[in-house]
Amino acid sequence: MLKTILSQVKEYKGVAILTPVCMIVEVIMEMIIPLLMAYIIDEGVMKGNQQAIIRVGGVMLIIALIGLIAGMLGGKYGALASSGLAKNLRNAMYENIQTYSFANLDKYSTAGLVTRLTTDVNNVQMAFQMFLRMCMRAPSSLIIAMVMAFSISAKLASVYLYVVIALSIFLALIIRKAMGYFQEVFQKYDDLNASVQENVSAIRVVKAYVREERENKKFSAAAEHVYKLFIRAEKMVVLNMPMMQVAVYTCMLLISWLGAKMIVVSELTTGELMSLIAYCMNILMSLMILSMIFVMMTMSAASAKRIAEVINEKSTLVSPADGKTEVRDGSIAFEHVSFEYNEGKPVLSDINVTIQAGETVGILGGTGSAKTSFVNLIPRLYDVAQGTVKVGGVDVRAYDLDTLRSEVSVVLQKNVLFSGTIYDNLRWGDENATEEMCRQACRLACADEFISKMPDGYHTQITQGGSNVSGGQKQRLCIARALLKKPKILILDDSTSAVDTATEAKIRQAFATEIPNTTKLIIAQRISSIQHADHIIVLEDGKINGYGTHDELLASNEIYREIFEAQTNGAGDFDEKEAL
Amino acid sequence: MAGKRHMPMTGPKPKDAGKTFKRLLDYVFDKYLFHCILVVICILISVFANVQGTLFTKTLIDAYILPMLGSENPDFTPLAHAIFRVALFYAIGALCTWIYNRIMIEVSQGSLCKLRKEMFTHMESLPIKYFDTHPHGDIMSLYTNDVDTLRQMISQSLPQCISSGITVVTVLIQMFILSVPLTVLTLFMVVVVTISTMILGGKSGKFFAAQQRDIGALNGYIEEMMEGQKVVKVFCREDKSIAEFHDKNEQLFDSAYNANRFANVLGPVNAQLGNVSYVLCAVVGGFLALHAVGGFTLGALASFLTFNKSFNMPISQVSQQFNSIVMAMAGAQRIFAMLDEAPEVDEGYVTLVNAKKEGDTLVECKERTGLWAWKHYHKAEGVTEYVPLQGDVVFDGVDFGYTDEKMVLHDVKLFATPGQKIAFVGTTGAGKTTITNLINRFYDIQDGKIRYDGININKIKKADLRRSLGIVLQDTHLFTDTVMENIRYGRLDATDEEVIAAAKLAGADSFIRLLPDGYETRIAGDGASLSQGQKQLLSIARAAVADPPVLILDEATSSIDTRTEQIVQKGMDSLMKGRTTFVIAHRLSTVRNSDCIMVLEQGRIIERGSHEELIEQKGRYYQLYTGNKVG
Repeated sequence: MLKTILSQVKEYKGVAILTPVCMIVEVIMEMIIPLLMAYIIDEGVMKGNQQAIIRVGGVMLIIALIGLIAGMLGGKYGALASSGLAKNLRNAMYENIQTYSFANLDKYSTAGLVTRLTTDVNNVQMAFQMFLRMCMRAPSSLIIAMVMAFSISAKLASVYLYVVIALSIFLALIIRKAMGYFQEVFQKYDDLNASVQENVSAIRVVKAYVREERENKKFSAAAEHVYKLFIRAEKMVVLNMPMMQVAVYTCMLLISWLGAKMIVVSELTTGELMSLIAYCMNILMSLMILSMIFVMMTMSAASAKRIAEVINEKSTLVSPADGKTEVRDGSIAFEHVSFEYNEGKPVLSDINVTIQAGETVGILGGTGSAKTSFVNLIPRLYDVAQGTVKVGGVDVRAYDLDTLRSEVSVVLQKNVLFSGTIYDNLRWGDENATEEMCRQACRLACADEFISKMPDGYHTQITQGGSNVSGGQKQRLCIARALLKKPKILILDDSTSAVDTATEAKIRQAFATEIPNTTKLIIAQRISSIQHADHIIVLEDGKINGYGTHDELLASNEIYREIFEAQTNGAGDFDEKEAL
Repeated sequence: MAGKRHMPMTGPKPKDAGKTFKRLLDYVFDKYLFHCILVVICILISVFANVQGTLFTKTLIDAYILPMLGSENPDFTPLAHAIFRVALFYAIGALCTWIYNRIMIEVSQGSLCKLRKEMFTHMESLPIKYFDTHPHGDIMSLYTNDVDTLRQMISQSLPQCISSGITVVTVLIQMFILSVPLTVLTLFMVVVVTISTMILGGKSGKFFAAQQRDIGALNGYIEEMMEGQKVVKVFCREDKSIAEFHDKNEQLFDSAYNANRFANVLGPVNAQLGNVSYVLCAVVGGFLALHAVGGFTLGALASFLTFNKSFNMPISQVSQQFNSIVMAMAGAQRIFAMLDEAPEVDEGYVTLVNAKKEGDTLVECKERTGLWAWKHYHKAEGVTEYVPLQGDVVFDGVDFGYTDEKMVLHDVKLFATPGQKIAFVGTTGAGKTTITNLINRFYDIQDGKIRYDGININKIKKADLRRSLGIVLQDTHLFTDTVMENIRYGRLDATDEEVIAAAKLAGADSFIRLLPDGYETRIAGDGASLSQGQKQLLSIARAAVADPPVLILDEATSSIDTRTEQIVQKGMDSLMKGRTTFVIAHRLSTVRNSDCIMVLEQGRIIERGSHEELIEQKGRYYQLYTGNKVG
């Protein structure tokens, strides 16, 4: 995991190494200052040597200046390296996600991917910056101050050593305990926010059933619980400050007592005593910072793990190296095809069907009868478990993926428009489509009419997620977008469910006359949508239950007849005829 | 949607920030004034103890070490006493540090807990309009981002500022006592530090704003693309979307780098300027001590130098807290804006009570009788009338618009007698759902009257009105709990048997039994593991267990396939029996057998009648039904 993350430092390796180097220089400079202080006092003030005071003071200023430059460079390089790492991590994730197959995507939720690309990267960026700037600085500050203190007086400096060991043990205990508590708090805290989310989106249900009181009580109880957990966790953390003070004070007093005795017997000078006291703060502060880095690293470890997961995920479906780049025609053949999302739970089993190029085929079946899974195999959105799916007489796995998917155009059930103008959206199908080509596709999909009525026509901006067009309009735009690919096979996965019957008939008509050579697969809930198809496939529990024309199935297939009767017996839909 | 939206991070105007800050303090003091006073006292003691300790360095050198230097037989007893005294000070100081930190947790977490509860309770009381006009991501962000920044501020920045403030003042006084010229020198350096902080802060502020903007842009793009990832694949747009992503990512990198660079540089600049201040004081102080100017001693110099350090530290700490305080204020402002939203008003006084028949008159009673009555107190006559709950709904000349400028419904007239089934058909945006929003007063009408059992619904207590209506919505929502509890949501005192009976009625029983733990299966994430159709069946069961006289079904069966619907239909029919039902559907089978069908177009009822009558008319309904245009 760490390796994955660090391998993304890439071109920022140089600055990533320079940062701690600069920080060490800064620390060394900072450490020299108390040493020179002792010199000023002992050689300058005590001996009345003005020259020495000025000379050493000048040296101190220069050292502060070097420290400043090193500190600024360290800050700059640290910012560069950490922002660079964040950028590379985002790129690596995003690029890998683009190679994901549908099966990979099903594994992660949309929100999960977004969090990884945003919040998690941010956490890692912060931790990395902290690490670069402090990982060398704090320990070297600790060590240098220790060494300096020992060089002044080993006897007195050993006091620090004992205190440091005692304090580190104590800090380690606190951190270990607090981390566990905090993990629990944050888990519960997430649950609390999840329940707010639930209430916000289900507010109509809450209000309709007059359950405000109950929800308030539930939330109060949860909030109190989080409150108690927070207190328990933070109670541990606040021990840090006073403990730190106790350590500092103990050092100061011991040094004062022992130091005084040593000065009296001339084993130590007054200046040296003051330097020792100055190092005391340095040593203990460094220890504190070190513990903070440790906490931060552990906290961001979870984020790093989730990022690494996305980067290391291997696509389950790769385009073959020398895939075919031409599709002969729009014929489709399923030969003993089985398919499963999870091993051992087949969704489709032993499917055999042949569809001629240019045919129109309707697919009908209840919820969960695997209609969508069936068509998703054709553009190789998923791979079969057994058997072969052939397009144009060739196994789909032998095609270059881009070629196959350009020739097999699917209008997904859960479809999405993107922010941009209508033209921008349509040109997803063909980047170089002229305005006339776009309009032609929209005329075919019966979308031209409502687009022309919009104030900005084809230049109308679609908002994120296409929330400013109605369901039926969205479906027709998606069909037009798919048509622009000029595919050999067109698949409509319940793509006209929100389009009214009359308009749907018009689209069907246009398909028949305008693109007669394209193979058309239509999944629908309404018999009226598919009854004119050349053949109809009835799916039930992942198997083909019936295959034939409308009349044949009506005569021979029970399920088909049942659905037909249910729908004609008060049939049809009043689908949303656009209110324009 | 990912549910996370990114608020513009522009800080509030200074004046407003002051107001918000005061309000926030009032909020905290309201419950924790005593705690806060205790905190300030403890901080004072702790700072005082610390200062005493620093002064001890002076005494140590001047009063103990230097005199002893000359003596042949040094006596360490006074020094031991002195050290013991200081140790006592230190112990008290450390204890106070612990106490105020400990109290501060109570104050910050307690205030936040109170704030969260208040936000939630207030949110639950807000009208539906609030939720319809505010993106849900923004509402959520109040609880997550904004409360979090507040937590940081209350628990860290605030005590930090208090203790820094106290430290600065006490240390300043001590420094003046020790040496006026050195103090002036130190103050001069503080001015230099402040100016450089302001210059750098101003620069970084600009870049931070740019960073926030670029984060927003990139996150927006990520959300959109992750949502549409499957479409990207279907259209082989991977390369293009990577290229677009790179552009936005590069831009964020630029602004993030610049923002962090300035923030990072601030620390060393402050630290080294602090060192310069230290050195200057050492040099000048050395001269003063050497020439004993104004009785300045070596011990005083030692103490002063320590003070110099402890004077600079809090100042640079406060300057680093500044950014987080500004951000917290912006968050607090958004939270208060939500808390200031007016809650749903309810002037209703007619209540729903259990009743029993005594002879011909209805009498109120405590126990559940299955018979309900509206308790209507007539103020003018001073009499209380009991009207039996039947489910008689009348719309009379109703006009309505979500905003006053744009009316959605015009002059809607309709009546439904108890037990009737009324259907609404029409195109998207015709106003079907709006009508159902009005019956339960999610929205109030602009003109006209709606009557329930002859009573103007404005007079009925909202809670009681809603309790008398069952509603199944197109967007189903389930809660994180068991299946059993989700159905019981309709009526909290329903027994397990009643819940199962309701599930059977809705046709949900069979699939529930196939779930891993049957009725005890836990539902999470709004029922992510269930199909849309199954979720709809559960919400129908929820309405069934509530057993209300009036039912509103808004596209309740839209995601159930035709064959399953036939199963559900039976349950629905028995559910609708004896109840006034309003149905919105686009499936004919659902609508056909209604007593009356209303055809809505652009907020007006353009046709009404039974199925046969409307087919006969060959109007809009006929056209929708057959898919044929009528010449």
